[in-house]
Amino acid sequence: MTDWEPVIGLEVHVQLATATKAFSPSPVQFGAPPNTLTDPTVLALPGALPSFNRAALAAALRLGVATGSRIRTPCRFARKHYFYPDLPKGYQISQYDEPLCEDGAVEVWHAGAHTVVRLQRIHLEEDAGKLNHDGAWSRVDLNRAGVPLCEVVTAPDLRSADQAFAYMKALHRLVRWLGVCEGDLEKGHLRCDANVSVRPRGAPDFGTRVELKNINSFRFVKAAIEHEIARQIRLIESGGTVERQTRLWDGAAGVSEAMRSKEEIADYRYLPDPDLPPLVISDDELAAAKAALPELPAHRLERFMRDYQLAFDDADLLTGERGLADYLDAAVAALAEPTRARTLASWITTELLRELAGRPIEASPVAPAALAELIDTIEEGTISGKIGKDVLARMIASGDGARAIVARDGLRQISDQGALTTLAAEILAGNARQVAAYRAGNGKLLGFFVGALMKATAGRANPQLASDLMKKLLADPT
Amino acid sequence: MRRPSAPTRSRCQRCCAVSDLVGLGARELARRVRARELSAREVTVGFLERIAARDGAIGAYLRVSPERALAEADRVDQTIARGDDAGPLAGVPVGVKDVIVTEGLETTAGSKILAGWVPPYQSTAVARLRAAGAIVLGKTNCDEFAMGSSNEHAPYLPCRNPWDLTRVPGGSSGGSAAAIAADLAALTLGTDTGGSIRQPAGFCGVVGLKPTYGRVSRWGAIAFASSLDQIGPMAASVGDAALALDVIAGLDPRDATSLDAAAPNLVAALDGGVRGLRIGLAREYHPAQLDGEIAAAVRAAAAALVSAGATLVDVSLPHTRYAGPAYYVIAPAEAASNLARYDGVRYGHRAAARDLDTLYARSRGEGFGAEVKRRVMIGNYVLRAGSYDAYYRKAQQVRALVRRDFDEAFTQCDALLAPIAPTAAFPIGSRANPVDLYLGDVFTLACNLAGLPGLAVPWGATATGLPIGVQLLGRPLDEATLCRAGVVLEHAQGPRRRPPEPA
Repeated sequence: MTDWEPVIGLEVHVQLATATKAFSPSPVQFGAPPNTLTDPTVLALPGALPSFNRAALAAALRLGVATGSRIRTPCRFARKHYFYPDLPKGYQISQYDEPLCEDGAVEVWHAGAHTVVRLQRIHLEEDAGKLNHDGAWSRVDLNRAGVPLCEVVTAPDLRSADQAFAYMKALHRLVRWLGVCEGDLEKGHLRCDANVSVRPRGAPDFGTRVELKNINSFRFVKAAIEHEIARQIRLIESGGTVERQTRLWDGAAGVSEAMRSKEEIADYRYLPDPDLPPLVISDDELAAAKAALPELPAHRLERFMRDYQLAFDDADLLTGERGLADYLDAAVAALAEPTRARTLASWITTELLRELAGRPIEASPVAPAALAELIDTIEEGTISGKIGKDVLARMIASGDGARAIVARDGLRQISDQGALTTLAAEILAGNARQVAAYRAGNGKLLGFFVGALMKATAGRANPQLASDLMKKLLADPT
Repeated sequence: MRRPSAPTRSRCQRCCAVSDLVGLGARELARRVRARELSAREVTVGFLERIAARDGAIGAYLRVSPERALAEADRVDQTIARGDDAGPLAGVPVGVKDVIVTEGLETTAGSKILAGWVPPYQSTAVARLRAAGAIVLGKTNCDEFAMGSSNEHAPYLPCRNPWDLTRVPGGSSGGSAAAIAADLAALTLGTDTGGSIRQPAGFCGVVGLKPTYGRVSRWGAIAFASSLDQIGPMAASVGDAALALDVIAGLDPRDATSLDAAAPNLVAALDGGVRGLRIGLAREYHPAQLDGEIAAAVRAAAAALVSAGATLVDVSLPHTRYAGPAYYVIAPAEAASNLARYDGVRYGHRAAARDLDTLYARSRGEGFGAEVKRRVMIGNYVLRAGSYDAYYRKAQQVRALVRRDFDEAFTQCDALLAPIAPTAAFPIGSRANPVDLYLGDVFTLACNLAGLPGLAVPWGATATGLPIGVQLLGRPLDEATLCRAGVVLEHAQGPRRRPPEPA
């Protein structure tokens, strides 16, 4: 039985977050009534011309710099020709042999492992419109036509559907992190085509590749690629050969369908666009992109694991959004002891995120420094972790700081052994039967006694001290 | 400078009131309108009456819009009545080549595929003309999508040369040239992709100014070949054309290829003369087999410039012979791409069809004429993955060499003087083979490949009385030198010659 190795490359279209379209002043908006976001250029009226929106360039440059790509200046727009009703000019303005970015890379952290996925290129292009099928009719909506995109093309570096999915997630995180894309998958802000082939593991050459189109939803990436890998292996093992073709993924049915065979693969008749002069990137534009470059999510994740001693899953979660990571860093900076970072992080992932219930961290009712103060209050032994949760609730309700609440509400932890011993002795005296049972060997009853002591102190007893004290008193009848 | 003389009453007895004004020229009309010696309405009515009387035989206009023109004229008159500045072209009636978009006025690029299309937006050139007070009379005839040099590829209406109605007016801006020659407009706009302003200007005995590529915004110029197309004025005098270019030139953010250059200010340069100017004669533009009358005209024009103080320089443009082949690769390639938008989906002609491929094939098959189809097919062929390098890329390399030839020549001279076409206007239907037509463009194409300005001015006539023109080619953005030389040639010839009026 041959051991097959999949070889996968992804082409991801990233919608750039600009106010207006790539080559005309029409606004970019989701969900507007059909054909309301148009102008002579978008409609490809006779005589209309494109003029390039430099805001799209600024966004693409940030992505180029963040992926360590070589920036080509001047780069060039090219016309890619094909006929379809959602493509008003009969060609798409794209880039061909002179793209903006080449030879970059995306760092991917997945299941605790770090890989680097090489990028062949990132180029600028415009989106097409949409066809809405309505019974026998297809209606053309050109609101999306001309929306600026970056096409991010990987090298054939991916070796599994899981890796491909992890790369998609990393890219999604990166473009949101940089603010170059809103990253709303429901709105199609990231759309993926995949090139898939298989070869016997260890073989020097690639197999014949199939292009999978229309993997519009994130969750389809894995399913579509897995399905294609299995289809190709089945085909080869049953004596067939993989044909170079383009297949369309049907997410609802979970199957792909041949769209074009090799003979029909379109000749796009690329032509350098004579309406658009070579795109020269100024030193200022490049400098601005570099200056705007934040610490990247993959680097931050690594730093969180190293410096804050976070487990991978927590570091991954806390670098899921740039705001979350910024929150953590700001809170850690406010801690009295940086070694408390790990504890603080777990308070964010468990308590704060639950409290936010899906709202962004920017909506947090507790500022980073306030959370740090709470953690310090706990770690110093002023209150217990359990009381801490109560304090957090009071912080959210009142907006007051942890120390102020502890003082005002008398929540300071009781670590005075004398006072606790008196209370503990009273509890033992009042529960003679349980004491006897414990001493007869029912060790589980320790929890009952500690609980009673906590209850008697309204939770304020130092839990460790309470437990130690009870054990000692129960063991020693004197 | 001397003004072209107005037609005498004896020459035009049918419409004497009109005859007083139709021959005045754009600048003089604007002067009189601004001075309230004439109203814009009077001028407009005069031209509309003349069009009604004369254009039936000529076919210079595809569409005339009297109501709109009169409304525009009234607006200009009101501006003047208020004491406001109505602009340097106040009341000047213009014809606009049908490949240039006019908001609210049907625009078809001379093609059936755009029959009935009424643009919802305005071209920059027309917007600037109107802002300067000009009155749009209508849309002038042309070869379909500006593809041709005889105005014979015109599916709506033939256009005839006012000098001889059996001959072509030239093309593709044939209607714009014929309209000036027959005084059916004081000013027209044409477009020049490979000679389409200069050649019909020469055939019709009028002035045609092809500006430097990027001088005039192409926003609203229906594209034939985007890297070559340029809008320019046609007029009865160099001065009128100069004023029109002053008005329409300038950076436009909607055309990424428009140049951020200083205003040409040509009107101020008109009377500069040619003393000390070095006029280049390129040997490749004067082949031995050139028509004798044409060659003589160029020699005579050169002599006129010399007597005004210019010197002559022999120069060489060694890659001229490759300009034609390169042009006939680049222009069709861009045309094939530019015309992909005419698919029957959003506007223009849509054929009945049950499926998408048939819709495309039939709509385009029915809508485009033979010459357009020929160029779309050539263009798509040369852009195929398998032929791109051999054709398109090679043609771009040739283009760079052609450009370099001119750069080199302009180190030795300040402007080039050359024939426009190998012959004067030829009989309609006499060039059935498209290649014969293509060969007629040999002297005009290189200028477009290099993006240079070119000025066609009338110079003499053939023995049979057909106009001959010569062209001046200049450095990028140096239309001023061309206009100075053009004015000198005008002076040397005396009053403007006019085509015969029908009995």
